[in-house]
Amino acid sequence: MSTLVIAEHDNSSLKVATLNAVAAAQAMGADIDILVAGANCGGAAEQAAKIPGVGKVLVADNAVYEHQLAENVSLLIADVGAAYDNIVAPATSNCKNSMPRVAALLDVAQISEITSVESADTFKRPIYAGNVIATVQSSDAKKVITVRTTAFDAAPAEGGSATVEAVSAVHDAGISSFVGEEVAVSDRPELTSAKIVISGGRGMQNGENFKLLDGIADKLGAAIGASRAAVDAGFVPNDMQVGQTGKIVAPDLYIAVGISGAIQHLAGMKDSKVIVAINKDEDAPIFQVADYGLVADLFNALPELEAKL
Amino acid sequence: MKVLVAVKRVVDYNVKVRAKADGSNVDLNNVKMAINPFCEIAVEEAVRLKEAGTATEVIAVSVGDKSCQEQIRTALALGADRGIQVETDGPVEPLVVAKLLKGVVDKEQPQLVILGKQSIDGDNNQTGQMLGALANMPQGTFASEIAVDGDKLNVTREVDGGLQTVSLNLPAIVTTDLRLNEPRYASLPNIMKAKKKQLDVYTPQDLGVSVTTHLTQIKVEPPAERKAGIKVADVEQLVDKLKNEAKVI
Repeated sequence: MSTLVIAEHDNSSLKVATLNAVAAAQAMGADIDILVAGANCGGAAEQAAKIPGVGKVLVADNAVYEHQLAENVSLLIADVGAAYDNIVAPATSNCKNSMPRVAALLDVAQISEITSVESADTFKRPIYAGNVIATVQSSDAKKVITVRTTAFDAAPAEGGSATVEAVSAVHDAGISSFVGEEVAVSDRPELTSAKIVISGGRGMQNGENFKLLDGIADKLGAAIGASRAAVDAGFVPNDMQVGQTGKIVAPDLYIAVGISGAIQHLAGMKDSKVIVAINKDEDAPIFQVADYGLVADLFNALPELEAKL
Repeated sequence: MKVLVAVKRVVDYNVKVRAKADGSNVDLNNVKMAINPFCEIAVEEAVRLKEAGTATEVIAVSVGDKSCQEQIRTALALGADRGIQVETDGPVEPLVVAKLLKGVVDKEQPQLVILGKQSIDGDNNQTGQMLGALANMPQGTFASEIAVDGDKLNVTREVDGGLQTVSLNLPAIVTTDLRLNEPRYASLPNIMKAKKKQLDVYTPQDLGVSVTTHLTQIKVEPPAERKAGIKVADVEQLVDKLKNEAKVI
């Protein structure tokens, strides 16, 4: 059996999500190759070659793959992936965008966001915002899978020496183009890979008050997140949203501040190792999943917490 | 231009769904059903395009048994012009839904197809992209803003790092994210009018699609329970617990 893992990267370096996908692929017990598609992506390919247990790193380095346009990348993955039994990708926004196209091109189902590998053809995945875990079995000869990155500990990044091979095929569907992007620039760790996350909700009252989280995040080396209510209210941008339809996080410590704990939010953070909730409403559902709950006005508690850390 | 919008019948988002005790499936007895929230946003966007004079006709399509006509009528009450039901025996997999929608696309030749980015039951996030591949159309998934620009469509997308804008040749696919718009409520007169709007029913055979099964759900179970936590008295105790008990800071 052979598995092709799709790398998540920014051309210059590999994202940790790739290592989570490699870990899931290892659980499936097949030989692993990695596909790095991008433009001037030699840096990412070099890092991929260092992952222990990887046979080959296939590099498709062309301007048509620079922005991971799904129309182009899916044609490439379906082409290269034709030779493999499994195609596995992390459930990042890029791969969520392109992988279903790959599955349709290959006329197979996609198994989305698996959280465990039960056997070569059987997987667990959350449904209904994580309120139910389904065990599904695939009858497809070729499996297209995305991986819930928080469910698999990252594979080691160093120690391997895979061969690097260029893929010359250029797939340009010619039906879409990149216009621009607004990427949040921050010195803080990325939300999905941070060890500590502190999130604010509607209780923060406005965007200005999110600054109360800054000092604590600085002291803890934490990333800052938000509930959907806070994002919808315009307090903070969408890329900070934690939940069913936002980012899925599972840090060592998750601090929920002024967040009531809607099902959709819990779906994005309830696999965190330790959960702290600070909320003035003692009946807030967030307390049902919190290891440590503090019933307090956040405007008093946050400055005090910052001072005591 | 003609706009096709796909809607799915799902459990209402307020309902907390549970696995049946025997693990055979989720318990959907006497549960309130509704239009998938992301599909509602898709309908709203299509109706706004019509109100802006960009769209000439909005067609709502759903795949499922007869009960999904209720959600098509909801879309018609929100402003869609006519409906199409593709009749299947209960739910089918995203790949099959995409093939059936491809059949409808071939018949209707829309310039734009708008779908929800995912349904809140299966959480698959696949159908729009699969339809894009089958129909060889470009896609703007997880859209927070769309703008028609001549024979192109600009779509601003919610991605991991922030926002990305792409330009798509028409015809194109859009899948909606939460912040694309805020759907309206249907008025009573519009609900009454919706009952008289045209609703055609096709079978998969009419569309030349065979309904196949690639995945079998073996069992369902509740997620691992978190053990009950404690309430701390003040910030000092919280910091102490995090340092000395949980050892996470």
